[in-house]
Amino acid sequence: MLSIKYKNIFFVFLPEKKEEKTVGRLIEHIHELYPSYSILVINDSSTDNTQAIVKQKEFCNLINLPQNLGIGGAVQTGFIYAVRNRFSYIVQLDSDGQHNPDDIKKLLDPLIKNESDVTIGSRFCGKGSSYNPGIARKTGINIISFFSWILTGKRITDCTSGFRAYNKEAISFLSEYYPIDYPEPEAIIMLARNSFRLTEVPVLMQKRLAGKSSISFRRGTTYYMFKVVLGMIMTSIRPKTRNHGKH
Amino acid sequence: MESIENVNIFKMQIIAIAGSILLFLFILYLVRKKRIKEEYSLLWIFFGAVFIVFSFWRQGLDYLASLIGVAYPPTAILLILLMAVFIILIQFSIIISRLSETNKTLCQEIGLLKFEIENLKKEIKKPNS
Repeated sequence: MLSIKYKNIFFVFLPEKKEEKTVGRLIEHIHELYPSYSILVINDSSTDNTQAIVKQKEFCNLINLPQNLGIGGAVQTGFIYAVRNRFSYIVQLDSDGQHNPDDIKKLLDPLIKNESDVTIGSRFCGKGSSYNPGIARKTGINIISFFSWILTGKRITDCTSGFRAYNKEAISFLSEYYPIDYPEPEAIIMLARNSFRLTEVPVLMQKRLAGKSSISFRRGTTYYMFKVVLGMIMTSIRPKTRNHGKH
Repeated sequence: MESIENVNIFKMQIIAIAGSILLFLFILYLVRKKRIKEEYSLLWIFFGAVFIVFSFWRQGLDYLASLIGVAYPPTAILLILLMAVFIILIQFSIIISRLSETNKTLCQEIGLLKFEIENLKKEIKKPNS
């Protein structure tokens, strides 16, 4: 009956409001593809049916946070869990059905071959990326990408993508500190500054089946842009916390 | 006949002395009642004392004003006041940031512990069924 079999790979989802329909389908899809892997759902104190849906599935582990911590705080919970249970890899996906589980292999391969420490599923790199986010969103992403290029010297085309995979070292590094609000671009700077190897992998994004982007590009856009850019700049002028540069 | 200016300044000084002493006593009262912790009352007590000193010692204010190049001495007291408010507000931001960080850590820990407890419960039930 006990559902937890500690395998070395697991997945983090962050169900948010109105994503209850997609979560169940997504979990089943992943379980079909990777039946022996552990699946972890982190519920950032959302009040919908996510909890009930996830609880029905025996192969799925659910962590309920007592307070809403924001994406960063919830993802970090996954990192801490992974460190304590000695997981080797984490794949992080959004629960809105935007990320296709079929792409998980593409993200994990570079990690397993030890060619990279973190892989990011990008909507924009690679051929045939037909994803069109609209002008406002694209401009925002370009500005963030531009800053991350200036601050790290790395070309990351999709800094805001939450479809990522991490190896053991990156997990333990991020479990120590992870930004709270809109953490993705800042995490890239943190990782690059501490000489982790980042690789972008082209993935196809599905149209959001439910829910909304955590980045609302109408309301709060200005706050989002300033917060992210400030966070990136501050991160890049903080002292490095990981000393042994391997490369 | 007394000039209006003198009367005003005298009144002002009394009000300033009374006000700053009341503020000081109010802070001490709150600390005594444990409504403010000692470590967070230090800045209030310090600036409260500064205001008491300058409300009694007007020449001191004149001296301070000339020292920092302020032509009109009462402006110096506004300057000190602004500085006090700024420093205390910055201290608040530091405290709030620290609190939100510890709050986050606690939430994560509670989430993880609840998860472990539920698993242990399942494990205990298993042999019985």
